[in-house]
Amino acid sequence: MQEQTKKVLSGFEGKPNEVIPMLQAVQNEIGYLPEEAIRDIADHIGIPESKVYGTATFYSQFYFSRRGDRSVKVCLGTACHVRGGMQVMDALEREMGIKAGENTPDYKFSLERVNCVGSCALAPVVMVDDDVFGRLVPKQAKEVLEKSDPKV
Amino acid sequence: MIQKFDVIEKEALENLEKEQKSDIPQIYVGCATCGNATGAQSVVQTITDKLEKENIKAEIKEVGCIGMCFAEVLLDVIKPGQPRISYHGVTPETAEEIVDSYLVKDDHRPDLALGYFGEGGPADVERIDTGDVFKNQQRVILKNCGIIDPENINEYIAHGGYKGLAEALEMKQEDIISVLKDSGLRGRGGAGFPAGRKWESCLKPQADQKYVICNADEGDPGAFMDRSVLEGDPHSVIEGMTIAGYTIGSSKGYFYVRAEYPLAIKRLRKAIAQAKEKNLLGDDILGTGFNFDLEIFQGAGAFVCGESTALVMSIEGNRGWPKPLPRPRTTEEGLWGKPTLLNNVKTFSVVPQVLSKGADWFKSIGTEGSPGTAVFALTGKINRSGLIEVPMGIELKKIIYEIGGGILDDKKFKAVQTGGPSGGCLPEDKLHLAVDFDTLVKAGSMMGSGGMVVIDESTCMVDVARYFLDFTFEESCGQCVPCRQGTQQMLEILNDICEGRGREGDIEYLLEMGDSIIKGSICGLGQTAPNPVLSTIQYFRDEYEAHIKDHACPALVCKNLIVFHIDEEKCTACGRCRKACPVEAISGEKKVPHTIDQNKCTKCGICFQECPERFSAVVRLTGKENLAAAASGKEG
Repeated sequence: MQEQTKKVLSGFEGKPNEVIPMLQAVQNEIGYLPEEAIRDIADHIGIPESKVYGTATFYSQFYFSRRGDRSVKVCLGTACHVRGGMQVMDALEREMGIKAGENTPDYKFSLERVNCVGSCALAPVVMVDDDVFGRLVPKQAKEVLEKSDPKV
Repeated sequence: MIQKFDVIEKEALENLEKEQKSDIPQIYVGCATCGNATGAQSVVQTITDKLEKENIKAEIKEVGCIGMCFAEVLLDVIKPGQPRISYHGVTPETAEEIVDSYLVKDDHRPDLALGYFGEGGPADVERIDTGDVFKNQQRVILKNCGIIDPENINEYIAHGGYKGLAEALEMKQEDIISVLKDSGLRGRGGAGFPAGRKWESCLKPQADQKYVICNADEGDPGAFMDRSVLEGDPHSVIEGMTIAGYTIGSSKGYFYVRAEYPLAIKRLRKAIAQAKEKNLLGDDILGTGFNFDLEIFQGAGAFVCGESTALVMSIEGNRGWPKPLPRPRTTEEGLWGKPTLLNNVKTFSVVPQVLSKGADWFKSIGTEGSPGTAVFALTGKINRSGLIEVPMGIELKKIIYEIGGGILDDKKFKAVQTGGPSGGCLPEDKLHLAVDFDTLVKAGSMMGSGGMVVIDESTCMVDVARYFLDFTFEESCGQCVPCRQGTQQMLEILNDICEGRGREGDIEYLLEMGDSIIKGSICGLGQTAPNPVLSTIQYFRDEYEAHIKDHACPALVCKNLIVFHIDEEKCTACGRCRKACPVEAISGEKKVPHTIDQNKCTKCGICFQECPERFSAVVRLTGKENLAAAASGKEG
């Protein structure tokens, strides 16, 4: 068992109903859920790996591969959709050279769509980790990325 | 009233008196998620530093959302003996100015002020609480949001909090249910099931354990009511759940909160700890022998978990699959097979007031069939986006034009969408309708839990329908065929229509398919998923037909059905569009009108936004003829 996973799982009794909180805690620690972590959780509870994996893949919160250092989330809630969120997404995909759901090859950024971050008055909104960029137009995509570059 | 509560209440008031030092100015900063997103935390930091550095005596408080999201960051100042003045669009710089001018000197800065609350404010500033935003509102569920410090239980108690619990603990369980039934309170999650009847059906079964669950898995895109209540007034929900626990005979409750709401979770944790410390939660509550404990469960991102049986499955550690039909009611067989009472955040939040103020008070608000108030997240193409609370029965147009201040950029209203992915779109001739559970359903939409998105002429209704179907298709749990396959089929047809592959008969097919999904799905997600499509066909059929027959998108939104074109007559060859084009599709030189190479154009719309309004040379064209011309290279 990986040290990180071990440390996290030691805080749980290992009851079957703790699967989701365990997955959340492990992902918080590692950033995603590698195969070994799924196996470790299954072992800790004493249920088949497939059961843990089946539960994890049902929920959109969980990731199964490495992600970029910074996570660019384009809000496509209803308010953002009607105020041009999709055009902002297109512009970001073009600037980053990747599609939603992918990472940049240097793992600086990952790009994804989310449904409503609850800042509808600022629509359309993009969140980079916890930083919010609101009332965007597509040409600002470049600016958002420059401001969010992990090196800067 | 329970003696022990009197002591707690007195103590809270005394502590508050000490904490608040009402002889010095009070500063409030709106620090809910929307405020923080706009920079509220840096405003708080700037002011805190400034007060300390310059030794200015004032109290600064982080409060929840008062609902005027359009005016964030909001900073309010109450100087002793003066009314509350609200400043809008505050930045760290203007915050310093406000402190210098109004706290240190006596200039209330009408140039930065949004207005004041109460009476006796300065003449050159507007009164807010009787103005357009608030005069049609009635704040019951949101009464404390943006007013009290949500992290201070004493403030909640000073505003009448936990009185409902203290009263309930002296009542018979059946009597509490009678009050709820008599009040006509209906669940605020969307379906509007009578709360009293639900509580009663959970009281009846005998069981060694029962559970109370608060559904805070607010998954509708475009809705943030529940989050605002949890962030702005968490104790009200805790109090409501504790009353529920006492009433049905449960000692354990769960908050099922979206993991995307970290601030709400943080405030809930704090509130639970504070309530326990004061013996308002935990063991032997107020010395009555009643035990009730609360735990927070973080959802992991599945819209279907808003459905009660799916939510229960999720807490138990499974995929959030709704139980197949026929299934026992959750009130009889819920979490771990035990009777479980599940209500929405707003329902629990209002219960304490219904008990302490009485059923007649509650019935005096709203309509006969839907008493009380409705909370909406008012968003979209509207001037004043925000969180509002109105008495049931108010006309839709009052909400949109008076509270919301009308349509953004003076555009034309097209539709209002309520009920999120389960609801529908209502056109202009339905704006006279009263907002309540039953009227909206009759018109083809629904109350839902409170998202209200305003749509203007520049929004394509077919695209809106496709947007919602895309959402429900993604969120379908995949268990039953009508929902899993049906939403996919409908989505494919909608994609075809939006992309110029629509065929005669598609509309009829959508209607038939929608009907089958509603009839055949096992849970609320599927049973309501076709609504956005059905209601847009009902009221905006002409837009569907234009897409199918003429390959025209009247709102000029659907990418495959529009072309960008530069009007030679209007183009002054300023070069802005050419420089901005990310794919170098625009060519032209100085003094030569520019043209767009349709083979390169990706229709991103940047040239259209770049072209200065006084020229308006970049235009969007739609329809078969224009598309064919562009394809053959004639257009440019």
